[in-house]
Amino acid sequence: MTASGKFRFISSDRRVREDRRFVVGKGRFVADIVPQGVNHVALVTCPHPAARIVSIDKSAALAMPGVIYVLDGAELSGATNALATGLDTPNVPRWPLAVKVARYAGEWVAAVVADSRALAEDAAEAVVVEYEPLPFVLDGEEAYKPGATLVHEAHGSNVLLDRTFAWGEVEQDFAASPHKLRHTVKWGRSATVPVETFGVTASWDPWREMLDVWASIQVPKYPDQTAMALRLPMSSVRVHFDVDVGGSYGVKRGIKHTVVVGYLSKRLGVPVRLIEDRMENMRGGDMHGPERNFDVEVAFDDQGIIRSMKMRALDNVGAYAGRSPFQLGKPVGAIVGPYKIKSVQYQAIAVVTNKTVQEAVRAFGQSPTNYAIERTLDEVANRLGLDRLEMRRRNLIRREEFPYLIPSGSTYDSGDYHAVIDKVLAQAGYDDLIAERDRLRAAGTLAGIGIAACLEPSGGNSSFEPLLNPKVGTTTWMDSCRISIDLVGSITATMHTTSAGQGHETLVGTVIGEVLEVDPEKVRVVRPDSLNSLPSNTPVGSRMAIMLGGAAFHAATQLKDKLVAIAAHDLGVPVERIGYKDGTAFVTAAPDSKRSWAELVTIAHRYIHRMPPGMEPGLAVSHIMPVPGGGGLPDAGGRVQMYPCYSFEFHLVLVTIDPDLGKPEIKRYVLGHDCGTVINPKIVRGMTMGGVAHGIGAALYEEFAYNAEGLLMAQSFMDYLLPSAHEVPPVEIVHHETPSPLTVFGQKGSGESGYLGAPAAVASAVNDAVRPLGIAVNSLPIKVARLGDMIAAARDNTKGN
Amino acid sequence: MKVELDINRENHTVDVEPRLSLLDCLRDKLLLTGAHAGCEHGVCGACTVLIDGAAVRSCLMFAVQADGYAITTIEGLSPGLGELSPLQDAFCETHGMQCGYCTPAMVLAAHALLSKNAEPTREEIVDAISGNICRCTGYAQIVEAIALAAERMRGANRPQDGLGAEP
Repeated sequence: MTASGKFRFISSDRRVREDRRFVVGKGRFVADIVPQGVNHVALVTCPHPAARIVSIDKSAALAMPGVIYVLDGAELSGATNALATGLDTPNVPRWPLAVKVARYAGEWVAAVVADSRALAEDAAEAVVVEYEPLPFVLDGEEAYKPGATLVHEAHGSNVLLDRTFAWGEVEQDFAASPHKLRHTVKWGRSATVPVETFGVTASWDPWREMLDVWASIQVPKYPDQTAMALRLPMSSVRVHFDVDVGGSYGVKRGIKHTVVVGYLSKRLGVPVRLIEDRMENMRGGDMHGPERNFDVEVAFDDQGIIRSMKMRALDNVGAYAGRSPFQLGKPVGAIVGPYKIKSVQYQAIAVVTNKTVQEAVRAFGQSPTNYAIERTLDEVANRLGLDRLEMRRRNLIRREEFPYLIPSGSTYDSGDYHAVIDKVLAQAGYDDLIAERDRLRAAGTLAGIGIAACLEPSGGNSSFEPLLNPKVGTTTWMDSCRISIDLVGSITATMHTTSAGQGHETLVGTVIGEVLEVDPEKVRVVRPDSLNSLPSNTPVGSRMAIMLGGAAFHAATQLKDKLVAIAAHDLGVPVERIGYKDGTAFVTAAPDSKRSWAELVTIAHRYIHRMPPGMEPGLAVSHIMPVPGGGGLPDAGGRVQMYPCYSFEFHLVLVTIDPDLGKPEIKRYVLGHDCGTVINPKIVRGMTMGGVAHGIGAALYEEFAYNAEGLLMAQSFMDYLLPSAHEVPPVEIVHHETPSPLTVFGQKGSGESGYLGAPAAVASAVNDAVRPLGIAVNSLPIKVARLGDMIAAARDNTKGN
Repeated sequence: MKVELDINRENHTVDVEPRLSLLDCLRDKLLLTGAHAGCEHGVCGACTVLIDGAAVRSCLMFAVQADGYAITTIEGLSPGLGELSPLQDAFCETHGMQCGYCTPAMVLAAHALLSKNAEPTREEIVDAISGNICRCTGYAQIVEAIALAAERMRGANRPQDGLGAEP
């Protein structure tokens, strides 16, 4: 079944409506919103990885004209509640400003408020903090060991989470397998680092008792968390969602920023804003991604069929417990990747260290896990002397096996992985690619082919929360849409979150246009503030095509049914005999007997005497949609349906490495992508291309490196290297469509596509290139300098031999 | 101190601190908020404006240094209220953006390229935007937008002299 011809607007290559405002510079970003009389915050940050705060002398700063306040952690923690954490770790409290002890270099110690940002920065330098440096620990494995330096003494250890799951007969399957292979890999600390930093403005009205908030956010439960931390009823926090977010890919969380400015605005009676500069963002913005050590062991037979896997993943989550330990939970929903591995043992460990706090990053921990699985599969093929692609094909779930239940309790909805791979090979020619690689090798270049096959779980209901923290019973993760047709017949729809470039206004317009058979451009899409909103869980986990698209579909369908019911009543025929086309309802057997859009709208808004008895007047419908398939708690064995929909991607890459410099270059990149029915091809293609670019960055360039003294070495874009147009090669995307049986149009998620497999594919290619030298590169990012040194050493050895 | 700025072919007299960057001056004093702060140390290019037609980082330049030059910001590119230049329209056609934060600077960098080179190669396009970081798109649809705009503008200008026409 394909979508072609099935839809009128869905899947057609339509423009993205948001683009018009951006190309003329009329986006409305948080820094563009400046309330009258706003004051500015700059931060005083700790220069040590761990230190006791002995004293804070604010006098010189406060003496500067234009400086109105200096807030410290003692005051703020006395007046607010600690920030919410995901796990049950009451002795690891997290405050926006350090209380007594600072636990990473860059942690906020005080917030200076002045009438200009420049002045606030000057005054921040005039705040004198006396520190007593404390012992610190940076390495995750070190922190995990008994007797390690404690980041939070009261917690008694550095371990936030250490759970081992066993799904299926792991030991039995290992014992029955003729071969075992153990492989360790590391995923380095990087993040998606949007070009816009995090920013927030808050304005408290003490007479209305209302806190207005404008923020650059992509985070579920933001109004709730803000209200709880500030000890306000949620009805006193009004978050404005009509703020364009300048990129996020998971990281724009910013609750701590919001608590600071929210408190200050209440305290001072003026609007207050905090727009991070880049250094504040890099070291104290709490947006670093996973830093994960994997130890993977697999059991397999002579044919390379993998029967069982044991995975240990230790994540260094930084100094405080945010939501980040849950990033070890999401991969449970795709712990075997696209493969038929029968049993799995999974140990998930989250430790605190004296590094910047980790937060959610694109794919929420799935991309590192995919990298670990894929690199292990490469090693299995190499061990058996099998072709890496052939070996994957033998292990992949086959089309006829869906829906497919994996050992950890999730059922994959649909897929045709072999077909996607065949399409990629038709595009790239695997034998040709191998011939090209070998030709390059013969010419003296290091060359390698990279392969990665992986899944994008999408649209879930946050089941990793109850899985990893039994005190949390979350099973609901809805999204909503409200549609109204006004009395002159125009359509307005609502969505209830900010967006960071995902084109949600286009999504909603397209879906409603499809259902009501009207031009999507005629559907206005607006974002009410949080007090006027229906529930939304924001664009996380590749969910909006499924969830917001689904909610818009159901609301539009209800509205269409209402129009049909009005027509049926007015024409005096049963509803079943009414047809609907292009906004007109007519008697199926006598199409001239009809009611036009204008007539139906007029009846609904003005002529209740012609409405079906008991029907609500007007034309306004809301729909709150649960995750497809509902939701349930994990069972006693830790099995749970984590996500309803699973997109598939297959990467095939040719990389060369300059043997003298160690500089990798991507010569060919072909990507097969299947996210079910595509609602907007331009958006899905862009997401995927962007995800590949992020993945290339994580694989080769980007790292939040720390020195031995515990200081972050990458605090600017001079040191944290972002791929430019030169580093991202042309990517050929081959499209395939296996609709999901669970969603309204067959769509699946695509917000994380590309990023899920690109790091694995690039690492696979680099390793294929250096394998003839007898070396392997098992940690990301693969920086030029380190790779160059490894290659030089290997060549020296070869010569020596 | 007072500075005379020629912005989008209009003269503005602005009272600035000597340390005020051109970026902050445009955004805070003149409310031209299409130029964006990204890194404020000259790497990301989100603050790009045109100075005498060349793409320049407004975060690395003081407002007082801009005195006497012709400054073009994104607000100066659209031909009329509610209208798009061919280049801006091409960015919409290929969806050469996502979040829109780097977009005004990308459009200006591309505008500077196309003003000098009506038929750029892929390499020349990549070069022209290589000082502008985009984290959303992986650049592909941006490169396509610029190539499409060049092609359309060449077509539109073919009967006339062709090169260097204002969009």
